[in-house]
Parts: sequence; structure tokens; C-alpha cells
Amino acid sequence: MKKLDSPHIALFIPCYVDQFYPKVGIATLELLEKLGCKVTYPQGQTCCGQPMANAGFERNTEGTTRHFIETFKEYDYVVAPSGSCVLHVKEHTPAIPELEKEQAALHHKIFELTEFITDVLKVERIDGSYPHRVGYHASCHGQRGLRLASSSELNEEPFSKAKKLLENLVGLEWVELTRTDECCGFGGTFAVTEEALSIQMGKDRLEDHLVHGAEILAGGDMSCVMHLQGIASRNKQTLQFKHIAEILNEAIS
Amino acid sequence: MSHPVQAAEFLQDAAKSKWHDETLWFVRDKRDKISHSVPEWEELRELASKIKDNVLGNLDTYLEDFERNATKNGIKVHWAKDAEEHNSIVLSILEEKNCKAIVKSKSILTEECHLNPYLEKRGIDVVDTDLGERIVQFLNQSPSHIVLPAIHLKKGDISKIFHEKLHTEEGNEDPTYLTQAARIHLREKFLGAKVAITGVNFGIAETGEFVVCTNEGNADMGVHLAEVHIACMGIEKIIPKREHLSVFLRLLARSATGQSITNYTSHFRSPAAGREMHIILVDNGRTAQLGRETFRNSLKCIRCGACMNTCPIYRRSGGFSYESTVPGPIGSILSPGLDLKKYSTLPFASTLCGSCTDVCPVKINIHEQLYAWRQEITKAQGTSPKSLSMMMGNGIFKSPLAYKISGTLMRAALKTLPDSLIYNPLNAYGKSRDLPQLPKESFKNWYKNNRG
Repeated sequence: MKKLDSPHIALFIPCYVDQFYPKVGIATLELLEKLGCKVTYPQGQTCCGQPMANAGFERNTEGTTRHFIETFKEYDYVVAPSGSCVLHVKEHTPAIPELEKEQAALHHKIFELTEFITDVLKVERIDGSYPHRVGYHASCHGQRGLRLASSSELNEEPFSKAKKLLENLVGLEWVELTRTDECCGFGGTFAVTEEALSIQMGKDRLEDHLVHGAEILAGGDMSCVMHLQGIASRNKQTLQFKHIAEILNEAIS
Repeated sequence: MSHPVQAAEFLQDAAKSKWHDETLWFVRDKRDKISHSVPEWEELRELASKIKDNVLGNLDTYLEDFERNATKNGIKVHWAKDAEEHNSIVLSILEEKNCKAIVKSKSILTEECHLNPYLEKRGIDVVDTDLGERIVQFLNQSPSHIVLPAIHLKKGDISKIFHEKLHTEEGNEDPTYLTQAARIHLREKFLGAKVAITGVNFGIAETGEFVVCTNEGNADMGVHLAEVHIACMGIEKIIPKREHLSVFLRLLARSATGQSITNYTSHFRSPAAGREMHIILVDNGRTAQLGRETFRNSLKCIRCGACMNTCPIYRRSGGFSYESTVPGPIGSILSPGLDLKKYSTLPFASTLCGSCTDVCPVKINIHEQLYAWRQEITKAQGTSPKSLSMMMGNGIFKSPLAYKISGTLMRAALKTLPDSLIYNPLNAYGKSRDLPQLPKESFKNWYKNNRG
């Protein structure tokens, strides 16, 4: 696809992806470029502040939030391979004096990767090949926060932005789960403060994927995937773990 | 004890906690099926939420309307500012009637006010007539769920309790047999009670009547046999008009148990000739909650319990882990308003997954209120090692250089430290989970080297 000079997209790579999963950052960058986007990774970026806010310290994230707005204000769009961090930026950052306009604009131009592809780039289908059985973990903040997919609790037409992007890949089998959108139990600091529950919830999610014959567990948030992968690894369960950006990037090439 | 400790304990019995999770998931699944069969379900939720907005915005007026109309109907209306006043009103009615034994149908409000121990201490025999409540009463427990009070117990447990208390055959777990035994036992209590107490699901301002929903018919059995009916109602249970019942009754049972309607929906308007009907309107912290703008719409709750059935935490930790009368997600936003310190771990007993908010028939933004309570709790706790580390976090994340240095240090440390140090008992994350394999460089480095 031809690369356009505008709009100019800033890549926001969450801190744990930066440190633990650089390959997900690379896949996101390459995928967006394959879809014709001009993408820059602003190198001064750090973290959105979510770990502190969810622990009850939103008031202490002013400096982090100010820095975030300053870093991304010049771009037309901000795209991140994480529903959770995007939701945080939109809903749980403190109001920053003197940057009100930039902050309001940011809340409208920041997108999670799959919604950016389906809603902004208006990509109707992605063609490529990916002959694997994929179970998709719908992370809650993207699912019920950003409404990336229909919620099983609501009486609404079923939809899933991730499924829309994956379903036309040749050979890909979408694994239906018993509990389509139950939480995996990561929950940020919850993983530590409620360790026993967090582990049990993760085990139960893994079981749902395994029992339905998933070969790869994919997700849109590496935090949940990291948690599930950690439990599977400890219990010697054979399941591969990928971010949806890795699958799409691999399938297109 | 804190929620994490209680939850870990509950999970110790893996088979039972799995059963608990699956049983409640079954109820949630039934709720999904029936709610998805009502095409206007989401409109009903919206309407219910807006009616409750109106109620909360005009609570004083509606309560006075209710009092006036109920009084006209011959009901005696009492006001109680707190649990103590509520209990003493009940006691004074019992004393006046010289009543030593009462029957009570399910009322979470009387649990909240700890009415049973209050009356028992004063020599009054209180019998809960809802089957589940009677079972937990035998065990000297409180309900672990607001709709399914004995959901933490299995058939075998109940068989044992009944054998001990009602002399049923040892080991007979047949539900019909056990229910029959309870029926015979309760019938005697119903016949002997001069006063019957019920809760209230809806109080209607326009008509001065109130509505009680049950599945077992025990509320009706109690009040029709007794000379005096005392109904205990939280002030938020008011709805403006009778026609609004058509919205709430369609939502309540479907959300609670997946039934289209409760088996009994009883309307009480005035006492029969020669009988008495009392209603006690109870505040007990509700006005304070109404004054908290962020948390006021928690008072919309119609006590259906759907947020408990859907909550992945509740299903795996059980109702007692919350140590509050109303457990689960809704309890975790109501209870901190009553005692911030005692219930300080409850808003953290959540991943903020939002399932509770989507399942709620009156659209309470439960998970957003959990988040908001966290902010209040840490403020009230003042400076702590945790708050200092959060301030440090902000210091790191507002500076790209500090972030880079700390990231590099962390990665270097993880690479060089022996596993025994990384997976030490202080590192709860690594107790039952492996950390991801460390990549050779961060994305930031890769970008700088390849694209920068």
C-alpha cells in the first residue's frame, strides 16, 4: 500500500510492552506501515500512569499525564497495541491545567490498534494466511471499556473488531469459548494484592482455551497475555501466546 | 481479616470453590438467556435507571407522599435514622403486643440492622422463613448472597444440618424430602407467630402501597396468619408510581435468577379488619450516600444480586469473604460509605472488568465507583510506603531519562539475579506465575538502532 504523509500517527508503546515484548511493538509498527500509515514512535514517551491510578493514586499522576500530553500533542493520531492503557488515558487521567485543549483533543485522537484499523482506517477485511486455531482473549478494558466487542451481558448485536480483522485470514480457525468474555484475573496490582484469586481466574481462562483446542491464545493486551502465559509456563501447558498485531503482521507478509 | 486472606482461604477447597463458581455462572447464564429474549431489554434498563434518577433527586418529596398515602390507607408509618432506632421500633411493637415469637421473611435490611441478635438478646424467638435463610440461621451464619442466602452450602451440608436440627434421616440428601421437613417445621412457626416481619422491594409513593417479591410464598404465609405485619424498608426503595412497577418487575426476577417473574409478587395496601400493618422507613447511612455525588447512584440498587453472579471474584471467593451484609460488587461500593476503614480492601477486590456494570438492571456504574472508592481510600490512609512508591513512580514516568535508567536497571537486575531471588516469597507475582523471558533489548532501543 502507498504510504501517505498525512495523517501522522504516533505509536504509543506501553511500558511493559517496551520492556518485555519489543516484538509486539515492532509488529504494531510494521503492521500500520503495511496498511499505508506514516508512523513515528516519539522516543521521549514513558508510561500512561495506569498502575498508579488503579491502585488509588490518580492524584499522583499529574506529572506523568502532563508528560504524556506533551509527548503526543503534535500528532494527528495516537495508536497503541493496548486497550487498557488507551482507556486509562481517556478516562482516568487527572485534568492538567494549561493543557486542557490538548488533553481534550488527545482523548479523541487516541485509539487502540484494532479499533484504529476498523474505525479510522476503515479496513473492512485483511487478507493473508494464518493456518492456526486461535483462541482470542477479549481483555476487559478494551471489551467493556472501549467497546471493542459486544458484551455478553448486554442485549446487543454480536460484534468483535478483532474477529473482523482475523476472520478472513486463510486457514485461521476462530475458537469459540464457553465464557466468551470472562476476565483473566490480571487486573494490574490485583495480580499481586489478590494473588490467589488472580491465579485461579487465569487457570480457568486457560482451561477454556485448552478444552476447545486452541493452539494459539491471542489478545489485544499483553498484560493479560503475560499473566496467562506465566501461569501456563509454570504449569507446563503447551499453548502459544501472541498479540493480535503479531498475527496480522505475520499473515500479511 | 482482609478480602485477599478470606479469598485465599475459600480457594483452598478447590473442588468446592469450582462448584461455587459454576453454580453461580449457571444462574448468570440463565439470566443472559432470558434477558436476551426481551428485545427492549436495554431500553428497560435505561428507563429504570432514569426513574431512579428522578427518585434520588426528589427522595424527600416521594417519601412524604408515601407517608401521607400509606397513613390514609391505615398503615402506621415509622421513621428510623439508623439500625438502633429501627430495632427499637420493632421491639416496641412486639412489647406492646406481648409477642415473644416472630416469623420473618427475607429482608437484607434487617440483616444490615442486625435485628435478629438484637431481638434474641431480649428473649424473642426469631424464625427466618425463607428456606435458605432458615438454613444459615441454623448455622448461626448470615446469608452469603442477597438472593441465594445458602449458596455456599451443598446438599450434603444441608442434610447434615437438618438431621441435627430437624431429625431427618441421616445421609438423606433428597431435596424433596428435605424441603418437606422444612415445610413441616416452618408451618408450626407460622401458626404460632403473632407478628410477621417482611422486607420491601418497592414502596409506591402515589398509592402508599408496597410490594414484596418472593419465590416461596413465605412472606404471604407469615403476614396472613399474623395479627401484625411489620415491613422494613430502606428509604431508597421508593418508586413514584404504580405503573413504574411494570419496568422494575420485568427487570428484577430476570436479573436475579433468570425467571420471568418471582412466584409471588404481593401488594400490601392496608391492613385487614382487626389487624395492624406497620412500615419502618430506614435511613441508616443512605442520606449520607445520597450526599456523595460520585457514589449516590449506588442507591438505585434493587437487590437482584446479578452483579454477584457475574463477578469473577465473588464466584471464586464466596460471599463471606466480603464480611459485609451486602457482598459482591454492589456491596463493595455501598459498604465503604458505612465504614471506610473496615471495608477498605473491598474496592480493590476487583479487576475493574466492568461485567457488574453491564449486567446491572438499573445501570449503576459499579466498576467506576470501585475505582473512585480506591482514590478515596488511599487519601484517607495518608502517607504509607505504598503512597511513597507511587510518588516515586510519577517521578520516573514524568522523566524520559529516569524511565530509561530504571527500565535498564530492572532488566539488568532480572537478567543477573538468581531465580531464587526473583521468585522469593515477597514476590507475589512470581509465586505461581513465571515472568516472561527477557528480550535482549527494549523496543525503545530497537527503534533507536533501527529507525531512529
